[in-house]
Amino acid sequence: MTTGRIHSWDLSTGVDGPGTRFVLFLSGCPLRCLYCANPDTWHMRDGEQATVDDVLARIERYRRFTGLAGGGVTLTGGEPLLQSAFTAEVLRRCKELGLHTALDTSGVLGARADDALLADTDLVLLDIKSFDAGVHRRLTGGRLAPTLGFATRLNRLGVRAWIRYVLVPGWTDDEEAVDGLARFLADLDNVDRVDVLPFHKLGAAKYDALGIPFPLRDHPVPDAALAERVREQFRAHGLRAQ
Amino acid sequence: MTVTVQPPADTSTPWRGFTGEEWQREIDVRSFIQDNYAPYEGGAAFLAGPTDRTLAVWRAVAALFPEERRKGVLDVDTATPSTITSHAPGYIDRDRELIVGLQTDAPLKRAIMPNGGLRMVENGLRAYGFEPDPFVTTVFGTYRKTHNDGVFDAYTPEMLRARKAGIVTGLPDAYGRGRIIGDYRRVALYGTSRLIEAKRAERSRLDHIPSAADVIRDREELAEQIRALGELERMAASYGCDVSRPAATAQEAVQWLYLGFLAAVKEQNGAAMSLGRTSTFLDVYLQRDLDEGRIDESRAQELVDDFVIKLRIVRFLRTPEYDALFSGDPTWVTESIGGIGEDDRPLVTRTSFRFLQTLYNLGPAPEPNLTVLWSRRLPEGFKRFCAQVSIDTSSIQYESDDLLRPRTGDDSAIACCVSAMAVGRQMQFFGARVNLAKALLYAINGGRDEMTGEQVAPATTPLTGEYLDHAEVAGAYDRMLDWLAATYVNALNVIHYMHDKYAYERIEMALHDHPVHRTMACGIAGLSVAADSLSAIKHARVRVIRDATGLAVDYRVEGDYPAYGNDDDRADRIAVDLVRSFMAKVRRHPTYRGAEHTQSVLTITSNVVYGKHTGNTPDGRRAGAPFAPGANPMNGRDHRGMAASALSVAKIPYDQARDGISLTSTITPEGLGHDPAERAGHLVGILDAYTAEGGFHMNVNVLDRATLEDAMEHPDDYPELTIRVSGYAVHFVRLTREQQLDVIGRTFHGAR
Repeated sequence: MTTGRIHSWDLSTGVDGPGTRFVLFLSGCPLRCLYCANPDTWHMRDGEQATVDDVLARIERYRRFTGLAGGGVTLTGGEPLLQSAFTAEVLRRCKELGLHTALDTSGVLGARADDALLADTDLVLLDIKSFDAGVHRRLTGGRLAPTLGFATRLNRLGVRAWIRYVLVPGWTDDEEAVDGLARFLADLDNVDRVDVLPFHKLGAAKYDALGIPFPLRDHPVPDAALAERVREQFRAHGLRAQ
Repeated sequence: MTVTVQPPADTSTPWRGFTGEEWQREIDVRSFIQDNYAPYEGGAAFLAGPTDRTLAVWRAVAALFPEERRKGVLDVDTATPSTITSHAPGYIDRDRELIVGLQTDAPLKRAIMPNGGLRMVENGLRAYGFEPDPFVTTVFGTYRKTHNDGVFDAYTPEMLRARKAGIVTGLPDAYGRGRIIGDYRRVALYGTSRLIEAKRAERSRLDHIPSAADVIRDREELAEQIRALGELERMAASYGCDVSRPAATAQEAVQWLYLGFLAAVKEQNGAAMSLGRTSTFLDVYLQRDLDEGRIDESRAQELVDDFVIKLRIVRFLRTPEYDALFSGDPTWVTESIGGIGEDDRPLVTRTSFRFLQTLYNLGPAPEPNLTVLWSRRLPEGFKRFCAQVSIDTSSIQYESDDLLRPRTGDDSAIACCVSAMAVGRQMQFFGARVNLAKALLYAINGGRDEMTGEQVAPATTPLTGEYLDHAEVAGAYDRMLDWLAATYVNALNVIHYMHDKYAYERIEMALHDHPVHRTMACGIAGLSVAADSLSAIKHARVRVIRDATGLAVDYRVEGDYPAYGNDDDRADRIAVDLVRSFMAKVRRHPTYRGAEHTQSVLTITSNVVYGKHTGNTPDGRRAGAPFAPGANPMNGRDHRGMAASALSVAKIPYDQARDGISLTSTITPEGLGHDPAERAGHLVGILDAYTAEGGFHMNVNVLDRATLEDAMEHPDDYPELTIRVSGYAVHFVRLTREQQLDVIGRTFHGAR
């Protein structure tokens, strides 16, 4: 029986894919995004060990609720592809139950998602942190290319995707970079929407609790006008942005 | 003003075009509705906005609100104990009003109703700067005994102690019990002549039964009911309406129905004066007038708007303490909308939409307390409109029609917040509630009050260990709840005996069948505190801190414990067991008039006051901190999202809490989705899923904390900001500061 490391679970509406969903937070992430709101999910070793059966028992419990509420199951983290075997098995079992599945990933470990895993995934919530490779490196500690490659592969396989773009003033609001990303996405046929997510500091207390510094603690959050400008840039390329 | 051709109605054929026979043979509004209504399965596009006339009437009365808010009470007739016929007609704007009738001779002018208790009236008057009338004081102080006097003649010392300590609390022993819904539709459908005739027949059926005490009481009550119907007829005549005959048009139907309700609120200052289930009934009349070309959609909406304006300005004279307990000035004019019929047709009509539309046409407001009876099988268009109105106004509550229908039928309505009853066939004896959290502390302290040290419950051995032992606590708690249930039910019997005797609801009961089915509506507060405390004792370690007299006054929780509200059976089962166990204990005690025992898990907003009167609890809650409202999990302890929280509450079995289980959910707009259409769709999904899982009730607030904080700082900018608290809605700016902080401190389920 495959086991995984789990941070937590909850039921959420409207933020992790369509409808009300069972959301499983897996532990461990290779990136260290400066704005990360979930520093408590960085390390796999901090997670609780669980078998696929344990997780599925929980999911079964919410099958009727999430089904009626137009939702399903979302795997997020952390980075769920860090535990790709476990993730693949959970997704497969969910599909066997007829549930709608979503995978929330940065795509940086996209290569670990084999075609079978993606065939069991109805929707990928792809977090593209920046379209500027240098900014991406400084912001996340990771490379941009694997993410873009993953996006292209999803398109080829016909896996639906929602793009998530965290808007941080001074980091990800550069007009040219946003335009570049918009052009890239506009060429794909599988992108249903682009969610522009204003950077927030709700995770600050977690950094305090963990005794580690929150790099963007004093960084300004974007105002509504900036968020709208960026959404408009995506819309200008025919994308559904909100 | 809308120009509408209004051909005169033929009053000799009030039932023209109606079909069905059963309702013609006997008084049976339900069968009239079933035979004549047309379900509406479309969307909201047909609805009309407010006319200039409507806005003129609404503004005329709304202009009085600021002064009323400032003074607490705009005006009172201090000299006239209110009866159905005591006051001359009053108007807001006589030329423009389509539906007429006020409680006194002027809008927002309150009446006194001393039958419930003279002291409550006098305290209420003095608190707002009015002097009690000496004649009234003489009459009700010397010659006419009140309900309040009667109760205190028959309370036992033990009941008095329990009441004073607040372990049994909110009892209707000094004010009207309310929660009785007259079937006001009967006035419109039959007219009072026919209703009087039916009541005479009911009374004559008692003629041949030996005159035992209960039979004599029934005969006297029926005589009073007949008298009250006559008074309704005279009061209506003073407004130029002949309600002795059936209503012949939609305008008359709304007017007759309202006059029936008005008679009730002229005579009874009940804690909740609920309206029933009127919209689909009225739709039959509105649709007939539309078909006959008498009115257009705009006029149909005007009639509903005007009716709702009247319902919004029902006022009672109460004391500031009462208002602090219940947040502002509640009247609980609850109107139940929607639901599915026993034949599977939805009971949704265009008028169901029209009632909700008043929240747009007149702006959001707490009253009438619009309650949607939800089923997954409701038409999609209606479901989406409800969700949209919820998101825009936070003014609707939902109750599971799928739980109501099999138990109280498809003509059920909600009284107050969550109390279901078959309209015109069933009533309840409202019983407020006991404080389960305090009872747990009494169990630990051998019956002594944790705040005063007084011996309130019979003395038992207090628990003495350094750490609380689960088995020991559970045993002591069980015995304490035995005592509490006995004291409580017996106190309620006293109250309702005296209420029937001294403050009988003549007109409301005239609009019920005889004999009527009665429930004894007990209630519990502090469920989540008690459940979490027991969970802490069981799953963590709870150290007791005692004062010099040995009284346990504080607790230290060592370790973590599963909390109620996370869909975790380890904690949720404790809450379920408490509800089951207390219901079983209540059932052991005979009730006044053989009423069926029920209970609610409901606090309205009194969760703040109950918390204030309860010491430190073993779950870690601090003394004086508010309880969670109703059946809600404790604030901040439900961390798995709104759905998981709701699923915990849905585990409480409705059959062990037939008087209702209240859940208030607050969700941020972002927590429901990105855009309005998506949010409405998601809310529909949550309501479908929650009711499918057995959830009974949900208040839905769609708000963010920043809005509420800003409203606290700048109340004048938010006169209409309405929020749902357990079972009803309030204007946020009318809450006390403590209550506002309680609401802001609640769990907001939002996006991460």
